[in-house]
Amino acid sequence: MRKAYDKLFLGMTFREYLKNSLTLSNGIAALILIVAIPVMVYRFVYGLGPSTNLSDTNPWGIWIGVDVLCGIALAAGGLVIGTAYHLFGMKEYHHFVRPAILTSLLGYLFAVFALLFDLGRYYRLPYPMVISFGLSSIMFLIAWHFALYILALLIEWSPAMFEWLNLRKLRQWFNRLAIWATAFGVIIAGGHQSALGALFVIAPGKLHPLWYSELLPVFFLTSAIVAGIAMVIFESTLTHRVFKRQVKYFDHAEFDRLTISLGKAASAALFTYFFLKLFGLAHSNNWVLLNTLYGYWFLVEVLGFVLLPAFLFAYGVRHKSVKAVRWTALLTVIGVVLNRVNTSIVAFNWNAAERYHPQWTEVVITIGVITMGILAFRWIVNRMAILYDHPDYESVH
Amino acid sequence: MGISRREFLRRAAAIAGTSIIGSSTNVLARGDSPNYQERYSVLVDTTFCNGCRRCEWACNEWNKNPNQPLKAFEDKSVFEKKRRTHAGTFTVVNRFISPKDSKPIYVKKQCMHCEEPACLSACFVDAFKKTSKGAVIYNPGLCVGCRYCMIACPFDVPAYEYYEPINPRVTKCTFCFDRISREGRVPACVEICPTETLRFGQRSDLINLAHERIRDNPRRYIDHVYGEHEVGGTSWLYLSAVPFEEIGFRTDLGKTAIPEMSKGFLFMAKMFEVLAAWPLVFAAFYAISKIRDKGEKR
Repeated sequence: MRKAYDKLFLGMTFREYLKNSLTLSNGIAALILIVAIPVMVYRFVYGLGPSTNLSDTNPWGIWIGVDVLCGIALAAGGLVIGTAYHLFGMKEYHHFVRPAILTSLLGYLFAVFALLFDLGRYYRLPYPMVISFGLSSIMFLIAWHFALYILALLIEWSPAMFEWLNLRKLRQWFNRLAIWATAFGVIIAGGHQSALGALFVIAPGKLHPLWYSELLPVFFLTSAIVAGIAMVIFESTLTHRVFKRQVKYFDHAEFDRLTISLGKAASAALFTYFFLKLFGLAHSNNWVLLNTLYGYWFLVEVLGFVLLPAFLFAYGVRHKSVKAVRWTALLTVIGVVLNRVNTSIVAFNWNAAERYHPQWTEVVITIGVITMGILAFRWIVNRMAILYDHPDYESVH
Repeated sequence: MGISRREFLRRAAAIAGTSIIGSSTNVLARGDSPNYQERYSVLVDTTFCNGCRRCEWACNEWNKNPNQPLKAFEDKSVFEKKRRTHAGTFTVVNRFISPKDSKPIYVKKQCMHCEEPACLSACFVDAFKKTSKGAVIYNPGLCVGCRYCMIACPFDVPAYEYYEPINPRVTKCTFCFDRISREGRVPACVEICPTETLRFGQRSDLINLAHERIRDNPRRYIDHVYGEHEVGGTSWLYLSAVPFEEIGFRTDLGKTAIPEMSKGFLFMAKMFEVLAAWPLVFAAFYAISKIRDKGEKR
């Protein structure tokens, strides 16, 4: 009992723990949640009509465009690092694996949590798994792949939890299973990242021709890999700053060197993505549309947030500038968010008489969900061996 | 956890297998040619419509949607704005001005009842069904409310009960399937139409009739039966005196059935997943054997 208590409250008495929690960041988080939670309740009590700007013409808003599409793309870090580490044997990235897996796991869980607000009958969430199968639907593929991938991520993450709970046998067993989960996860993640793009292939008449392409699944998959690498850089930079205490004994020169290597990979992925976009444009022969308002916006996205970071990463790698790589990672992440928002909201229904913009309640719930995700991340990092190797357990590899 | 690794793998493979085989057999199954002979259609001849909106009234009446007395439908001011279908409104009549003679043209809008419905292929719980009579119907008992059908519909027909917090439904015209499945009955809107606008019958017959009318009155109609080929064909067909884009129709939708667009992806995705599985399985085996080697050396 005593032990469980110590684990939960980090070895402090409850009073000490509370006192310790009185920080500025917690204050901000509390403020956000004080507003967001009643709005969440409001959505469930009064329905989508009063709590959103969604309409019959614009059935999807930021809960799909931001919470799900961006959330899932930015949660590709676990896929990228897990594959490099477990399957390609890049053992030097050892230190990046657990935080990346945790970020992905929480990214997926909170994307699904956000989805509950958007679904008209959220309580039927498991229907495509158990009640009725829409086999011709891309959404069906996504639903199954989400569920399976969350399972895979849980397995990949579970050794950290078993270390925390001191379950040696299970930890060892799941450590092995994690390799299988990673292999399985590559297929599953590749499948649904591209499927999220394929969702819009069904609506050629509604998505602006500059964003519409039969290559949308390929665009989404490639940019998810881009986002995954960029997120690993961004997230590791952030956690190292925030959880300084936990990485005291860590080799920072080595960390910087690996960050630059990641920048190299990101640059290659971004160039690939850029040329794919270029081929897409050439294939649909929509060059003339570039000289329109939507065209300029498209150029901002593709030149400013794909080509520019591709060069900036290359610059950072060449000049061994970790700083450049880190800032470029942030730029890249913003670029992927911009792409998902453009595809699902800005360029969607571009020719409709009635356009969508989110109601404040939608924004509040989105911010609330993100805040909860960050709090969950911190709660786990403060308790489990995510950023460092558990002293009682030797590293498996 | 009383489940061995082998057992887990077996189960995981079974799940992956069902989703892979499930979808690809489905691709084949969808290729079966439907029996077009039995399917019903409605031919809407927009050159006859006088905008009385009785069809709207009759539709509300039969489908138990909120309604007003018939007299209220004579109000012409509703034509000032273009309307679309909404929850509780399965059909609307819009007014357009003819570019030919500046006279009003009235166009009824409702579900087109596609031969290969986009909504049906979009639905991940299979809540839509194309009945043998031609109607595309919706089963609220399965719907999760993701509204992907509304994204998919090229005609912007399905609407949602946004103001229903617990049991919201997608709503759309049912082709009065409960009427037309009984011999000799026609949809409520067709029954009440006082002009020659709406004609109910076998799809093939109505396509012939439409072309006949065009042939006989080449100056009255443009040579285009909307719905004959659009997005793979629809059960509702339209005739017009002016190009269809002038009276609110999309003429850029193409002839490819919308479900075809996702079919290709689903098939490719499954192929890649199966092909990618092998190198990944080997990589996993290799990684595990390396750990074992290390363990033995120690």
